[in-house]
Amino acid sequence: MNVTVLDRKPDRSAQTHMGFIDCDVHPYVKGPNDFDPFLSKRWLEHKRTIGGRSRQGLAKTPMYPRMSPGSGMRMDGWPKGGGHPGSDLPLMREQLLDLFDVAYGLLAPLVGGAGGERNLEFGAAMATAVNEWQLAHSCDPDPRLLGAVQINAEYTEAAIAEIEKRAGDRRFAQVNIPPRGLEPLGRRRYWPILQACAANGFPVSLHLGGTSGHASTGGGWPSFYHEEHPSYVQTMQTLVTSLVCEGVFEQIPNLKIVLVEGGFAWLPALCWRLDKHWKQLKAEVPHLKRAPSEYVHEHIWVTTQPIEEPERPEDMLSTLEWIGPDRVMFSTDYPHWDQDDPRYAFKIPLPDDWKRKIYRDNARALYTLD
Amino acid sequence: MDRHVVGSVTDIPPGGRKIVTVKGRQIGIFRIGDEFFGLINRCPHQGAPLCSGEVVSRLVAPSPGDYRLTRAGEMIRCPWHCWEFDIRSGQSLCDPDSVQVRSFDVAVEAGNAVAEGRFIAERVEVSVEERYIVVTV
Ligand code: FES
Repeated sequence: MNVTVLDRKPDRSAQTHMGFIDCDVHPYVKGPNDFDPFLSKRWLEHKRTIGGRSRQGLAKTPMYPRMSPGSGMRMDGWPKGGGHPGSDLPLMREQLLDLFDVAYGLLAPLVGGAGGERNLEFGAAMATAVNEWQLAHSCDPDPRLLGAVQINAEYTEAAIAEIEKRAGDRRFAQVNIPPRGLEPLGRRRYWPILQACAANGFPVSLHLGGTSGHASTGGGWPSFYHEEHPSYVQTMQTLVTSLVCEGVFEQIPNLKIVLVEGGFAWLPALCWRLDKHWKQLKAEVPHLKRAPSEYVHEHIWVTTQPIEEPERPEDMLSTLEWIGPDRVMFSTDYPHWDQDDPRYAFKIPLPDDWKRKIYRDNARALYTLD
Repeated sequence: MDRHVVGSVTDIPPGGRKIVTVKGRQIGIFRIGDEFFGLINRCPHQGAPLCSGEVVSRLVAPSPGDYRLTRAGEMIRCPWHCWEFDIRSGQSLCDPDSVQVRSFDVAVEAGNAVAEGRFIAERVEVSVEERYIVVTV
């Protein structure tokens, strides 16, 4: 880093961040029984006596660093009256929604374990329960908060039924699919689900996290969290590559994909590489009618947090330009330890029209918000 | 610059801290042994309330696997993105040459000096037997 950020004043030029749309907000449960009212007797009993089975060998190994207690939470995000960060709506309002006059907050509930559950029927039941819980605990009490439909992508029929059940309910903005699945997301087994999302007007958000049972990097299991964090970039790259190469965007031309919390500076370089190989290997993938980068630009959106902090801050501008400022959406990741503050996240002032797009207009258009 | 009395030394036990407001600025006063240090309660990275973070040691490893805990209780870890800073100097652990938390001069003064001297102590009751923490802002 060649600049000191100590004396940086918040970017107050017209306070452009105010009233932004936050594309990654994490609601949390107040207690382990929050979902119970939304489970049938059959699955409630299952939850109590058998419980979840994730696709993770060491089920009790935390995925996040313990240095920020509570699975990586912002330390000042703990409600004074007890409970977990993200579980207390008044505090969320104070630290995020009201503080920045947030227009909308797109929820990404990383709770309930529905997406990665190995017992598919229980996974489907938990998905429904988490969806109801979002409405009851977040979206109805604060209509700025928009839910993400939870599904278990391994149980196609139930996933489609859940998507169709939520279709047209404006309290839900998108469908959440865990990015680490059993197979890359572009594989045909997932097409019916992706089709249902597109047909019902839901963008698909891929929020990093979760475990698939596969090693988290292409080269095996990493030792450190420091390695784990960037491994999510690999996951995102795999998904983008899979969706493009399998021809998903030819098959489902109105599919919209949002990559959440996987960074974005890598995307241009991936596109350059995909384009290069496409010229060489077109005969292998004749279903690709256009250069991979064109599919990416048309179908893929990225959110900003955890924002890249290039050594030369001005390089951020080139990166945004390569991706296209119409495809980048601001996100905080509140209340996680690595959340970004909209006042300080960009280390370089952005052109005003980019700011409007990134903080608001892109999300407004994608999710058809007013 | 004025010298502000922000409390008695007994207010902060060794290893402890107290966040005070002086001239509208929140300042974390840290006690390491019998020394006191002051840092602005605002992280140079993205502005988090730095001084409410965890006080930790400095962990060094001259080579992989060779760990040494040094400077016990002399680093403050930001409550958001966990950047660590030297409480004594405000310097960043990762980038000491260019990233620094604003620090303030903190001294201990005897009660009689405080009672007679040019200090600003409107919120602190001063008694001559006590010793006081004085921060220059
Ligand atoms: S705000 Fe302190 S480390 Fe980011």
